[in-house]
Amino acid sequence: MSATMTPQGTNHGANPGVSGPAKDKAVAAALGRSRKRADIIVRSLSYAATAIGLVFLASILVTLFYKGFGAMNLSVFTEVTRPPGSQGGLLNAIVGSAIQVALATIIGTPIGMLVGTYLAEYARGSSFGNAVRFVSDILLSAPSILIGLFVYQLLVLPFGGFSGWAGVAALSIIIIPIVVRTTEDMLALIPNTLREAVIGLGAPKWKMIVTVCWRAATSGIITGVLLGIARIAGETAPLLFTSLGNNAWSTNLNGPMPSLPITIYSYAGSPFQDWIELAWAGALLITLAVLLLNILARSVLRSRT
Amino acid sequence: MSSTDAPTAPATSFGGMQARSSAAINQASRISVRNLDFFYGANKALKGVNLELPDRQVTGMIGPSGCGKSTLLRVLNRMYSLYPGQRAEGEVLMEGRNMIAPDVDLNELRSKVGMVFQKPTPFPMTIYENIAFGIRLHEKLSKSQMDDRIEWALSRAAIWGEVKDRLQSSAMGLSGGQQQRLCIARTIAVRPEVILFDEPTSALDPISTLKIEELIDELKRDFTICIVTHNMQQAARCADQVAFFYLGELVEVAPAAQLFTAPREKRTQEYITGRFG
Repeated sequence: MSATMTPQGTNHGANPGVSGPAKDKAVAAALGRSRKRADIIVRSLSYAATAIGLVFLASILVTLFYKGFGAMNLSVFTEVTRPPGSQGGLLNAIVGSAIQVALATIIGTPIGMLVGTYLAEYARGSSFGNAVRFVSDILLSAPSILIGLFVYQLLVLPFGGFSGWAGVAALSIIIIPIVVRTTEDMLALIPNTLREAVIGLGAPKWKMIVTVCWRAATSGIITGVLLGIARIAGETAPLLFTSLGNNAWSTNLNGPMPSLPITIYSYAGSPFQDWIELAWAGALLITLAVLLLNILARSVLRSRT
Repeated sequence: MSSTDAPTAPATSFGGMQARSSAAINQASRISVRNLDFFYGANKALKGVNLELPDRQVTGMIGPSGCGKSTLLRVLNRMYSLYPGQRAEGEVLMEGRNMIAPDVDLNELRSKVGMVFQKPTPFPMTIYENIAFGIRLHEKLSKSQMDDRIEWALSRAAIWGEVKDRLQSSAMGLSGGQQQRLCIARTIAVRPEVILFDEPTSALDPISTLKIEELIDELKRDFTICIVTHNMQQAARCADQVAFFYLGELVEVAPAAQLFTAPREKRTQEYITGRFG
């Protein structure tokens, strides 16, 4: 301790570990005031930013629900898209979307799960695994129009036309990295001792993965798939160059296929009032579907944990 | 307690047991460890370990954290082979074969040398499926044979009475102590010759600990047991012979009573009296 020790310094000495010159009360008070000021500033900025975000979100939702429910009627679900002024609906677009999204999920889920399994169980720490993970993460955030153009080059131009299959392929490419990510993350959460316990019984590694690891990660993987479905259900850009859209009833995957986002895209920009109303109805349908999928995903995750 | 009212399945119905029921080989070694070195990458974790595991006796392994006792356990069932960069040199003899040789069938070895871990590791499936899982890896049994085997394993692990009415419910719903006994049942259901316990009670309450210790005492009639523990009282209670490890070396191995009352080595003396560790 220093020779110029103040009486307060001696008090500090009674507290082991605290020594040195005494606190300057004026400095401490000034620091306290500036801390409080900084707290108020940061807090008000945070509240303001949150309020701005919420205002936009609320205005989008209110407008959507107001216009969407206003345009909603039975013929939306029973009639196909028709020329303006002839009481059309969205049936073909809804069915087309459902078919393409379902097929993309059926194709993309197993591929994504297997890649995620490879990354988590076989390629931990390997440089090839790191490269695959990196590419998959880039794909995850790639602009979806690029994926549409890629599939256009790959499946539309060489095969002489737009097709539902091309749309399915584009949506699959979008959902795969989502499933890869969640599968790998969920498998990484499984404690190594559980793996060792399976191996310790004399089980081969593939059996450990299929019977125990996947089962332990099921709820997480299902959640990821549901969120992936929610994402591709609203994708427009990748369908523009692939399944194109179709104003007639069509379940033929070899030809242009209707879908909700494409119909919304073309109807919302049209000058016809009934088409614009149908676009609002379609937008509301997609929003409700995505909302439902998110709620479902959360409840799946909660029910297992 | 519940173990007494549990029905005891006839052990004689399981052929694998009979080969070892002769008293003549009782003192023979089930596993002989000779000049074993072990490496985590460049780090040498075991140095020239020699240890005999007598048939149907309990070998306790004690020593401070990082002394190599758990490492030795993971050599005995080749668990280390899961991790690249870990390797063993020397001999681990079982039935005249060196089990750390590269050509050993690991799945078969692990069916002979079972392991129970520090934390209970129930699989995310029903109680019944937890036990059936290991059996199905190595045997094809009819439904009734499987039911019998599962009842036998659960009875031997002193948990049958507590779970017999809910075999089809999830094993994740059991208490920690029950889960650990379920893991023991799962291990013995495969009918191994050796069971390795890696600090099996360090995550359990005193009552569950007592049950597991009683169980180990019971199980040594049929199985050769090796238990790693940080609790010297536990080693004294459970083990027939105790091995003391320090800094990767096997310092001393002796019958439990002798090691805890009259150790030959000064380091053993210091450890068991709490002077370091």
